[in-house]
Amino acid sequence: MIEQLVIYPLVIQMLLAIVLMFFWSRIKWQRVISIIGSVVNLGMAVWLFVLVWQNGTQSIQAGNWEAPFGITFVADTFAATLVLLTSIAGLAVSSFSAGSVISARLKFGFFPIYHFLLLGLNGAFLTGDIFNLYVWFEIIIITSFVLLTIGGEKAQLEGAVKYFTLNILASIIFLTAIAVLYGLTGSLNMADLASKVAAVENRTLVQVNALLFLVGFGIKSALFPLYFWLPASYHTPPSAVSAIFGGLLTKVGVYALIRVFTLIFEVDPFLENVLLAVAVLTLFSGAVGAIVQNNIRKIFSYLVICHIGYMIAGLGMMTEVAITGAIFYLIHDIMVKTNLFMVSGVIYKIKANHNIRKLGDLYAEYPKLSLLFAVPLFSLVGVPPLSGFWPKLSLISEGWNTENFTVIAAILFASFITLVVIVKLWGEVFWKTGEKLPEVRNFPYFNKLSKVKRTQMLAPIIFLTLVTLYLGFGAGNIQNLAERIAFELMDNQEYINTVLRK
Amino acid sequence: MKTIILRTASNYMLPLLLVFSVFILLRGHYLPGGGFVGGLIASIAFVLHAFANGLEDTRKLIRFHPGFLMPAGLTVSFLSGISPIIFANKPLMTGLWYPHHLPIVGNLGSALFFDIGVFLVVVGVTLTIIFTISESA
Repeated sequence: MIEQLVIYPLVIQMLLAIVLMFFWSRIKWQRVISIIGSVVNLGMAVWLFVLVWQNGTQSIQAGNWEAPFGITFVADTFAATLVLLTSIAGLAVSSFSAGSVISARLKFGFFPIYHFLLLGLNGAFLTGDIFNLYVWFEIIIITSFVLLTIGGEKAQLEGAVKYFTLNILASIIFLTAIAVLYGLTGSLNMADLASKVAAVENRTLVQVNALLFLVGFGIKSALFPLYFWLPASYHTPPSAVSAIFGGLLTKVGVYALIRVFTLIFEVDPFLENVLLAVAVLTLFSGAVGAIVQNNIRKIFSYLVICHIGYMIAGLGMMTEVAITGAIFYLIHDIMVKTNLFMVSGVIYKIKANHNIRKLGDLYAEYPKLSLLFAVPLFSLVGVPPLSGFWPKLSLISEGWNTENFTVIAAILFASFITLVVIVKLWGEVFWKTGEKLPEVRNFPYFNKLSKVKRTQMLAPIIFLTLVTLYLGFGAGNIQNLAERIAFELMDNQEYINTVLRK
Repeated sequence: MKTIILRTASNYMLPLLLVFSVFILLRGHYLPGGGFVGGLIASIAFVLHAFANGLEDTRKLIRFHPGFLMPAGLTVSFLSGISPIIFANKPLMTGLWYPHHLPIVGNLGSALFFDIGVFLVVVGVTLTIIFTISESA
């Protein structure tokens, strides 16, 4: 049964979602099952990661149909790492939702839908079939739409409409691109496509097709100029939902971009320039957007956009070192962004406000919590030796080697603005003597919550902070991991051979 | 809508449509049909009954909340999907077949149970949606 290990992260999430549906109206049970299930899932993801790390790429053919015909699930180091990160973030957010989301919202099937979302994420990372990837994207959109609208507040619905419209547009473009690709090659298996696309004679159509994929995934990963849905929607749902969205949803788009442009398409100079230009503009516009916002979660939403630029810059330079930087940044970003949205959730529970101009005094009132919150905040900036620093080092040095000075300028600019934004946030929220905020009636204030709930909210933040600290202080190991992933991505022969059983 | 003709007819149509939906479900392996279409036809049977006799009567007829069929159906499909991993150590969704020919059903395989699961989920979803809408209307 160990040969089937690749599929277990999917099986577990599906099983969890189904079991949780049987407990539809018993919220207490749902909390317990979701957390325990996430722990089991994390164990499974670690097991898969260790197996892939020791034995190389694993694959299975669903339905036992041979490779180019059936749907393949592949776990190379990249996919296994992302499944592991999804499980870590999934466990953290599961516990955080149990503590922070009010039961009136949980009653509408929050946890089953949440685990269907994690199923979609794991599926998207593990699948080796481009059409199957589309199906997982659909599962992600539908479940995230439900999570976004549970509660039915006016702002939520407004955000959800924008979110859904643009994301469904992205899906249509993605599907069109798949159709064109299938028309050109007659195959949907990504490993098979790798050789078949290279043999297509109509290069113009292949280039157009690559651009279609870029636009489709670009909307999903919130690249310039297609990011407007993100800041319009991410600040509306409960913080637990923002956390999993900010941490993982845009990164699925980045994952798909990296996978498609390293495995299926060869990046020609034109596409390289497009990617670099988009990366520079994303870095620039995200940073500028973040600096003018006052709502904590809107600030973080713009920073999500801004930092996607680093990964795309790494992809655009298309050398092994640059991809290493992009992968390291991806790993760091998933952990830190998930954590930051949870931090914003705790701040909201303490003060019942999201506006940094009105907040204040947090350091005086909660010194220990403030120090805890400082780690992810300054890790985001990239203060050495915290985790955000190391990938930028690879990106900048490779930008120097490939003489992309605009990219270096944009990376430095975005880092600088992130520093300004975080310092401003720190000063306003933690150090400033704030005005007295009016008491909101019936609001579940942090110090009025039961001890269990407070633990459920703080434990995941501590957990992810420890992971972030490990990413920073154990940077050597992560760098090795990222280098191995980058090597496998640039030299994709092992992936192809494993899938096609050569 | 509560005319005597529709009401009388719906009493006969309900079992007829249900049998037909099962026929479509079983036909689905090689011919057009299957769990999804079968499930829709089965839910049409109940919707027609609800139109003719009122929602309350249909609820009494079904006895439990149709939403329960969603996890139940998913369980059946899920078990049929993972059964090859458990029993045969083959990848997910591999078809397992009972070696002998059975009367009426024909060849029995895990694919049939997957379709039955889909059937239940579709009935559950459709009836939940339609009952909720007609409740609030």
